[in-house]
Amino acid sequence: MYQYDQFDHTLVSERVAQFRDQVNRRLSGALSEDEFKPLRLMNGLYLQLHAYMLRVAVPYGVLSARQMRKLAHIARRYDKGYGHFTTRQNIQYNWPRLAEVPDILEELAAVEMHAIQTSGNTIRNTTADPFAGVAADEIADPRIYAELIRQWSTLHPEFSFLPRKFKIAITGAPRDRAAIKVHDIGIAMRRDANGNPGFEIWVGGGQGRTPVIAKRIRDFLPEPDLLSYVEAILRVYNQFGRRDNIYKARIKILVNDLGIDAFADAVETEWRAIRDGALRLPETEIARIAAHFAPPDYESVPALSVDFAKHPLAAPEFVQWVRSNTAAHKQPGYSIVTISLKPEGGIPGDATAAQMEAVADLAEVFGYGEIRVTKEQNLVLPDVKQFELHALWEALKRHDLATANVGLLTDIIACPGLDYCNLANARSIPIAQHISRRFANLKKLHDIGSLTLNISGCINACGHHHVGNIGILGVDKKGTEFYQVTLGGDAGTDAALGDIVGPAFAEDAIVDAVETIVNTYLEIRQDGERFIDTYRRAGLAPFKETLYGAR
Amino acid sequence: MTLHAVTANRLLDGEVVYLTPARKWSALLDDCCVVADADAGTDLLAAGARAVQDWLIVDPYLFAIEIEDGRISPLSRREIIRAAGPSVRPDLGRQTVQPEPVWE
Repeated sequence: MYQYDQFDHTLVSERVAQFRDQVNRRLSGALSEDEFKPLRLMNGLYLQLHAYMLRVAVPYGVLSARQMRKLAHIARRYDKGYGHFTTRQNIQYNWPRLAEVPDILEELAAVEMHAIQTSGNTIRNTTADPFAGVAADEIADPRIYAELIRQWSTLHPEFSFLPRKFKIAITGAPRDRAAIKVHDIGIAMRRDANGNPGFEIWVGGGQGRTPVIAKRIRDFLPEPDLLSYVEAILRVYNQFGRRDNIYKARIKILVNDLGIDAFADAVETEWRAIRDGALRLPETEIARIAAHFAPPDYESVPALSVDFAKHPLAAPEFVQWVRSNTAAHKQPGYSIVTISLKPEGGIPGDATAAQMEAVADLAEVFGYGEIRVTKEQNLVLPDVKQFELHALWEALKRHDLATANVGLLTDIIACPGLDYCNLANARSIPIAQHISRRFANLKKLHDIGSLTLNISGCINACGHHHVGNIGILGVDKKGTEFYQVTLGGDAGTDAALGDIVGPAFAEDAIVDAVETIVNTYLEIRQDGERFIDTYRRAGLAPFKETLYGAR
Repeated sequence: MTLHAVTANRLLDGEVVYLTPARKWSALLDDCCVVADADAGTDLLAAGARAVQDWLIVDPYLFAIEIEDGRISPLSRREIIRAAGPSVRPDLGRQTVQPEPVWE
C-alpha cells in the first residue's frame, strides 16, 4: 500500500488544524453558515436530515487493517457504532457532532486518511477496480496511476473551484469493474503493440439527472502522459464548462454541446502546450510509486481445482459462497474474496464497528492486511489462500458477513435515500430490504444468476439506478413515494443505460413488480443467458406485458 | 389552508429542532408553534433568521403539518422521518429516546 511521505503528512495535518480553527470560529459565531458551508464541504462534512454526515475518502478503495480498525473506532467513539460504505468506495458517518469533527479528522490523519475533496466542486477520490493488483485478467495495476492522480489532484489550485464536481475511475483489466464509462473521466489500462503500458481514455460519462455513457477520446495514451492529458481535459472543462446552471455544469454536458471531436481538439491543443512540461511522468517517479504496490511475498501453495467447492462433503452454503463471492486471482492457489455487506434484510453498505474490526482481523489472518471497498458497497479480501477459504467462511459467518450473494439479485446497491439524505425524494433502503427478504432463498437466488439491482432515492443517482440491470428510482408524487423501474442498465464493459419500463409503482407494489420481472426472465431466458443477455435479446416488450398487460 | 411550523437543525450537532411559541427551540415536535398557513409563518421565519445569526441553528424553514386528536404530525414523509429518525433504524433517532425539550 502507499505510505504517506512528509508532504502528505504535512498537508493532511495542516488541514486538520485549519479546519479545527474554522469549526471553532463557526461555533463562536465568527463565521456565518454561508461562510462556513463551503469550508465544511471542502472537508466532506454535510448537513443531512438528522445530523451532520462526514464522508471519509478511501483512496481508490484500498484500506489497511489498521485503517479499518480506526474507522471502527471512529464509528464507536464519535458516531452510533456503524458506518456506511458508499458507491464511490468511501465511508460515511451519519451522526458526528460538529465540535468533534476536527478530532475525527485528527484520528484519521494518524492512519493516513482524511476527508479532503469528498465534497465540493473538486476532483473527488479516484475510484478503481476493487480487484486491482490481484485480478487474474489484469493488464497492469491501476493503483499506481490512481495514486499519481491522487497526488496531482489533491488541493490542485487550478481545480479547486470547478464548474461542478469531477469524478475519475480507473481499471487495469479488460473487464470493467470500476464503471469507468459513467464517470467524468474513465481510464482503462492498455498495452500497445510493443507491450508498453498506456491508457484508453473515456470522457463525459455520468449518471444523475442526465445520464450519459462516456465517449472514447483517446485509444492509447502513453504512460508518461497520463497527468498532462488529464490536466488538459480539466483545463478545457474548467474554462468552457457552464457555471450558470448547476444542472448543466458537468463535463458530460460540455462534451455533448461541443461534440466529442471538437472537445477532443480543444484538449489536444491544450495538451500540446503542456505535454512535455512538469507533468510528464518520469520512469523513476512511476517506479517509486509502483514500489508501494509491489505484490506481497506470496507463498507457493497448491492451486485447488475449480471444482473443489463441489466436493460431496462440502456444505451447500459454502459451495454457494465460493461460487458467488470468490474471484480468480493472478497468483495460483489464491482467491479474491468479496465480503457481502448485504445480509438478508440488511442495510446495503452498512457495517458495525464490530464487523469492521472483524474484517480487519480477518484481513491479517487470511491475507496481508489489506482490504478493498467496492462500488457495490461490499468489502474485499484480495489475497486468500484457497485452502483457507473454508476457515474464512466459517469466521465470516460468526459476524453475519458470509452472505453468498455477490453479483446476484440481493447484492443491491442502495443510496441512503430519504432515511438520511437531504436531497432524497423517497426511501431506498426499505425497498432494498423488502427485496432482499423476498429473494432470501439462496438456491433460487443462485438459479436466477447474475443480476444487478440498483436503487436511488432521487435523480442524483447515487444508487447507480441508471446502470442496474434492474434500476429503481424513488420519486415523490404529491407526498407519496413511488418507484420508477428501468431495465437493461449495465455498469460494466458493455455499459448501458436502463430503459424506463412504464409508469412508476407504489411502495407496496414495487417488490411484486421486481418479482414479476424476475419471473418473466426465468420464463423466457435461453440456455446460459444472464438477465442482461435476455433483456438485450427480448427487449422491454415481454416485461411490459407481464407488468402492465392486465391493466 | 394548511397548518405550518418552523423547523431547523441545531448548529452544534445537526439535531432536528422546532420553533416554539415562546421563540425558543425544542427537540419535540409537539412543542412547535403552529400557524394557520405558510403566509402566517413570516414572523416565525424571522425568528429563525435571528437564531441563525445567534449561531444556534441552521437552515430554518416552514413545513406543513396537521393536528389530529391533539397530536401534531408532519404531512410529508421527509418531515415524518426527520421528526422520528431513520425508518430503517428504529433504534436510532428521536423514536428511541425522549430528547431534552426546550433547550434555547
